[in-house]
Order: sequence, then structure tokens, then C-alpha cells
Amino acid sequence: MDGGAIVARLKTRLGARVTETHAHRGDHTAVVTREAIVEALTYLRDEPDLRFDLLSDLTAVDYLRYPGREDGPRFDVVYHLYSIPHRHRVRLRVPVEQDDPVVPTITTLWPIANWLEREVWDMFGIRFHGHPDLRRLLLYEEFQGHPLRKDYPIERRQPLIGPNV
Amino acid sequence: MGVGGFFTSKLDEAIGWARKYSIFQYPFVTACCGMEYMATACSHYDVDRFGAGLPRFSPRQADVLFVVGTISHKMAPVLKRIYDQMCEPKWVVAFGVCTCTGGFYNNYATVQGIDTIIPVDVYIPGCPPRPESVIDGLMKLQDKIAAGAQRF
Repeated sequence: MDGGAIVARLKTRLGARVTETHAHRGDHTAVVTREAIVEALTYLRDEPDLRFDLLSDLTAVDYLRYPGREDGPRFDVVYHLYSIPHRHRVRLRVPVEQDDPVVPTITTLWPIANWLEREVWDMFGIRFHGHPDLRRLLLYEEFQGHPLRKDYPIERRQPLIGPNV
Repeated sequence: MGVGGFFTSKLDEAIGWARKYSIFQYPFVTACCGMEYMATACSHYDVDRFGAGLPRFSPRQADVLFVVGTISHKMAPVLKRIYDQMCEPKWVVAFGVCTCTGGFYNNYATVQGIDTIIPVDVYIPGCPPRPESVIDGLMKLQDKIAAGAQRF
């Protein structure tokens, strides 16, 4: 199915909870509110002619001081879906505020989300409500802060052993 | 030089000669340099010509620690522990520019040269180093092993 048609189906289903849609070079994106994301992903996964059975990526973007988005929500959590039977793709984004960086977990929908959400927590400090084991994935427990946040000092080093260079 | 000194220095030479041709390496491979290490170790370039053909996968059986690939801060305590587990006499080779200086990684994750953690005998720069560079480094290590005072 064409990406535009997929996004239109989602918009019919969720109404105003799809706040924005756009397309870039054939890749279609729907911006969904945080409250609607689980319902949106469940719908995309289970509807027979959509069948997005593969969560190919779950990541985040920090828009701190991003031109044109200074007053908007700081983070976007991004979901990339692919359907193996239908061979089509779609992308969903959920804006997240800096003061309340929490998104519901989707580990119940795709088990792979477990590690992907842990990585997003590790790198961006976004928590996933309901996650069974939200520990750091790549960095060590002693690490302070979240290095892919734009306000993480680029020169800051936290070695476990050896000099701090 | 007395008679005792004569024998000690000759014994040192003999042991140094033996040691430089029986390098049992422990390859600590973490990244892409590992492919180049394998290319060097295999029959085409053949490090067995230098007596370094038998990698040991236990640090307790190894003489030379080959650190091959980027070392992250999370990995650093593991590398230190492997080094501490090796028996004397022991040597360390920093294989590739990441182990020498951190290479082009200067970020929150990467150790800026393994010599900040453990002592290094030979640095082989390159990203990755060509087999010729590795063999050159290996021969420099052999010279260093043979020339040093032998403890036994």
C-alpha cells in the first residue's frame, strides 16, 4: 500500500490525535500524540491489509535550540515500521516535553522494543512507562547523564579507570 | 667483566633469541582492525615466520597482548584485568590508531590511547595498519624482546 494511503487510514482511525502528516521523497510520516501511540501502533500491526509486523527501528531526536522549534516539545520519539508480507513502510513520531520525558512502552507489541527503548533511555534519558527492565543498554551504570542530549557537554569524559582526558 | 658476567650476558642473549621467536600472542580484538589482524596472521603474510603463529586465547598462556581495535571506557577495566592476568615476562602491542591515541574517536565513549591504562611496548598506527606495518611492528617487538635484560 502507498505510504500516503497508510497515513490516511491512520488519520481516519485516530482523528485529531494524528496532529500532523508529511512526506519526504516517498517516505510518509504521521505525528501522533503520546496518548494515542500504543493504539496507533497496535492498529498498524494488527489490521490485515497493513500488517506492520516488523519494528525496524525505535529512536529519538533532541530538538533543543533547533531552528523553528525553539518553543515546541524538545524530543521526538520515532518509530519505523515495515511490513514483511506487504512490503510497505511508515514512520510515526511522538513529541515529548522536556519536563515530562515519558512515553508508554511498546514491549508488549514487539519484544525487540525492549532493547531499543533501553537504548533511547541510555542516550536521551526518555523513560518508557511500563517497561519491564529499563536499565542502560550500552553505557555503564556509573555513567552520569545522557550523551546524545544536545546539552551534554561535548568535552565531558567519565572514565571508569585511567585519567580523565 | 668477570666470568659470571660473561655467562649471564651470553645466557641473556640465548634466552632473548628464544623468546623473540616464540611469541604467544593474546589477540584482544574489539573492532574492524581485527580483520586486518587476521589477514596478517593467515598464510599470505604469515606471522608464523616470526614465531608468532600461535595465538593463545587465555591470557595466562600468552606473552604478548595484541590490543586490536577501539577500546571504550566500558571495556577499559576488562582490558586492564586481562593484562594483569598475564604472566611475566609480557609485552603489549597497540594495533591501529584507535589503541594508540583514540584515533578519530574523541567522544564520551572512547579511551584516548590504551597507554592511559596499561604500558605499551610497540605502537602500530594506521586505520587499519597494512600487514606490512604490522610485520614491521612485530619485528621491532622482536628486537626489543631480544635486546632487553631477560628475567627468568
